[in-house]
Amino acid sequence: MATRRISSLLSRPFAASSLRSLGRNSSWSRGIYRFSTATATEEVITPPVQVEHTQLLINGQFVDAASGRTFPTLDPRTGEVIAHVAEGEDEDINRAVSAARKAFDEGPWPKMTAYERSRIIYRFADLLEKHNDEIAAIETWDNGKPYEQSAKVEIPMLTRLFRYYAGWADKIHGLTVPADGPYHVQTLHEPIGVAGQIIPWNFPLLMYAWKVGPALACGNAVVLKTAEQTPLSALYVSKLFHEAGLPPGVLNVISGFGPTAGAALASHMDVEKVAFTGSTDTGKIVLELAARSNLKKVTLELGGKSPFIVCEDADIDKAVELAHFALFFNQGQCCCAGSRTFVHENVYDEFIEKAKARAMKRVVGDPFKKGVEQGPQIDAEQLEKVLKYIRAGIECGATLETGGERFGTKGYFIQPTVFSNVEDGMPIATDEIFGPVQSILKFKDLDDVIRRANKSRYGLAAGVFTKNIETANTLMRALRVGTVWINCFDVFDAAIPFGGYKMSGQGREKGIYSLSNYLQVKAVVSPLKNPAWL
Amino acid sequence: MTIQSNGHSENPIKIPKIKFTKLFINGEFVDSISGKTFETIDPRNGEVIARVAEGDKADVDLAVKVAREAFDQGQWPRMTGFERGRIMMKFADLIDESIEELAAIDAIDAGKLFTSGKAVDIPSVANMIRYYAGAADKIHGQMLKMSRPFQAYTLREPIGVVGHIIPWNFPSTMFFMKVAPALAAGCTMIVKPAEQTPLSALYYAHLAKLAGIPDGVLNVVTGYGSTAGAAISSHMDIDMVSFTGSTEVGRLVMQAAAQSNLKPVSLELGGKSPLIIFNDADVDSAVNLALLGILYNKGEICVAGSRVYVQEGIYDEFVRKAAAKAKTWVVGDPFDPRSQQGPQVDKTQFDKILSYIEHGKREGATLLTGGKPCCEKGYYIEPTIFTDVKEDMLVVKDEIFGPVMSLMKFESVEEAIERANNTRYGLAAGIVTKDLNLANRVSRSIRAGIIWINCYFAFDNDCPYGGYKMSGFGRDNGLNSLDKYLQVKSVVTPIHNSPWL
Repeated sequence: MATRRISSLLSRPFAASSLRSLGRNSSWSRGIYRFSTATATEEVITPPVQVEHTQLLINGQFVDAASGRTFPTLDPRTGEVIAHVAEGEDEDINRAVSAARKAFDEGPWPKMTAYERSRIIYRFADLLEKHNDEIAAIETWDNGKPYEQSAKVEIPMLTRLFRYYAGWADKIHGLTVPADGPYHVQTLHEPIGVAGQIIPWNFPLLMYAWKVGPALACGNAVVLKTAEQTPLSALYVSKLFHEAGLPPGVLNVISGFGPTAGAALASHMDVEKVAFTGSTDTGKIVLELAARSNLKKVTLELGGKSPFIVCEDADIDKAVELAHFALFFNQGQCCCAGSRTFVHENVYDEFIEKAKARAMKRVVGDPFKKGVEQGPQIDAEQLEKVLKYIRAGIECGATLETGGERFGTKGYFIQPTVFSNVEDGMPIATDEIFGPVQSILKFKDLDDVIRRANKSRYGLAAGVFTKNIETANTLMRALRVGTVWINCFDVFDAAIPFGGYKMSGQGREKGIYSLSNYLQVKAVVSPLKNPAWL
Repeated sequence: MTIQSNGHSENPIKIPKIKFTKLFINGEFVDSISGKTFETIDPRNGEVIARVAEGDKADVDLAVKVAREAFDQGQWPRMTGFERGRIMMKFADLIDESIEELAAIDAIDAGKLFTSGKAVDIPSVANMIRYYAGAADKIHGQMLKMSRPFQAYTLREPIGVVGHIIPWNFPSTMFFMKVAPALAAGCTMIVKPAEQTPLSALYYAHLAKLAGIPDGVLNVVTGYGSTAGAAISSHMDIDMVSFTGSTEVGRLVMQAAAQSNLKPVSLELGGKSPLIIFNDADVDSAVNLALLGILYNKGEICVAGSRVYVQEGIYDEFVRKAAAKAKTWVVGDPFDPRSQQGPQVDKTQFDKILSYIEHGKREGATLLTGGKPCCEKGYYIEPTIFTDVKEDMLVVKDEIFGPVMSLMKFESVEEAIERANNTRYGLAAGIVTKDLNLANRVSRSIRAGIIWINCYFAFDNDCPYGGYKMSGFGRDNGLNSLDKYLQVKSVVTPIHNSPWL
């Protein structure tokens, strides 16, 4: 009963009403600034948690990097160092892969019953639930996302995802298969082996769950490389996983950088599968390294420039709120962000006014402060990149309705930014900005918007706002994207598959579909003598 | 002679106090409307354990009314599958906390072995609930491929109010084999346990409430088949009935369904399952498998391997070893850890088995071993093996539901297949061979719902089983069992200008 659907929490009570109303309430808003009135963040809140684990996790043990090197992980609210973290490279990846290899080839994990695996994963979920608030604090500290979002949505979702995959472990079914002659044919769905997984910084633990959950439910061993911006939370929860009974070597966590640790994993000859979530440019490199090494299977979940289409008949107030949420959620750092807001010409002016007003009300500040909707961007590089796109938008002649600048002088905060009169060819309409920048475009009719929405190298997701069943049915089939949300957005249930068309990637994560990323299918054929039927 | 344990007097297990003897309706334990009760008997000694409320039509009507309300207005079908699963996980944890007490209840009420109840039966039902808890959020419909410009999909909706009528041979397992998938599907239900074994079902009802299953979702009406059972199968407001029991009663259930509201029926009925042992088998392990196949749970199991076919090359050796092994079989108090076989469930069953044994002797079968009651009181019967039996004898044709094996010789695989299929039943079969071709051929040729090759009773949460022919229809266990608690609804709408069809 305590589950919170991310959709209901995020799109309605959490994002829309509770936070907004909290923001308006003066007793809650001390130290919280709507971006337009604020100049700087005040005193920085001390996160209510200790950082305990900063080493690599290999074969069930926390160990230093082979080189002894560390790198700092920064607090995006201030740019200050939270902790120095062991920096994994080639040699550490080798060690982790060899531990995973051993755990898979000789260890108990793939050999125990699926029910036993499911019990361990269920126990892990119970521990996650128990430590929800500490985990949420680490996540917010390292990433900068609002603590309420971490504690009330993302960590419960993390727990829920592992319960979901625990339930799959003992329901992975092969098939018996019809043959053209007297043969008995069956398929065995076997774990692939050692899976390398490379995850991004925008949802460190949800990405962890999307990757680790299905891989382990299917009986694989894993070497996980976290993003260098956010190494802490995966180490914390992986320790809990071992407390829940995960055998050593089954899950190894390497902190480090993409060109060193990430590349070593993607090109490793003993890794049989690599799953990557991140930018399209890096995804290309991962696919190339897999091709050049051992042709390991690849799952890619990459960038997006997702259209959010507001039709003439839509409920405009709701559409404004959801379009705002679709773009600004998580500081705009979502691969599926609704970053091209297409609005029908008949409701365009009204929409712009309301979207601008909504953005101006967005509460930006210390993510540990109650009522804050938007924290800092992840790091200085992202901050610069987003500001560069904003400048490009202005230079191209789009209308800057609100925002457009850095927020405050400390940390990596950016004002919620809305552009109108955006044209299809502008960089703010073609590129993934990954920041709080809403680009609003005008369209004439369905054919127009379908053509333009699909004119993107990306194909991750789309939002459709309409009351008309014909419009909804037409758009859902015509849009070349992996997820279409109709009159909702960012509904991310465990069972709903997610992934990209075109250069947004390949494969699907979550849901029953995600299992196939981590299973080999073996066909077993034997002759039948005098069968009663065929 | 059969070894008898006499653990009864020195029994160290504390017999639990019976806490729940009333009907469980709408989350409360209540007396039956008539105020009537019936006795439930300890088959070890024929003594009364407790008097239990006797539900009949009026009580079933009341239970259906609250189950209807819980389905039509209540939260159970309206919460997410995941939320139902969470409550079911809690239910499983509560059972884990009461394993000893539940195993003892089934031992005194059904004569089941306490040790195996504690080690296997009760932990297994907790695992079964967890299996279906994990399935509750994995019930998928399909998007369909239409031949015209239409978009269509299927919704798999909970079927509604379900009636479960369960037998006495596995009171706990049968309860959850029915209840767990129905709960996962989002149904509400009335369970009628067997009148011989009402006690653990009432205990589970209590735990369901503690776990947070909303009132009215799971109701237990104890009583007799001809009254309470008949009221369920003929009820106009029950959407589906699931029955496990004898073929005779299964027929009545289906008739009642046909005569009332045409509710779908799932029947898991009797069996006369063959165990076919080929020349290349290891005789010692085949003997063990065959004895387990007929003596497990004192033969009171619908999939019992009650017809054992042994190929001629090893027949004599098999007979000799089976007789020797049967004589070492320990029959005795189910609380004695040495006991391999407890008492039959009640006097009716006891008398019925003995009369089949007499019939077999009269028909000319050779009594290889056993054939008599044993222990000074209670309903114990010796492990019994008949040889020289013919296919038309009653002991070969009928389900005896007791520790009575018919042992037969065959020559060729064709003969084995033909004789194995020469039955009105089709529940299970066993094959013992090292030959892959034989195993494959026979497993496709036997018309039965589950085939065990070089094993027997290999039940599993994920492994469906159920009957061919007059052993019933529908499947319990596995994801297949969800099907009977779900309606399939197709939703179709035209689409225009779709870029693909």
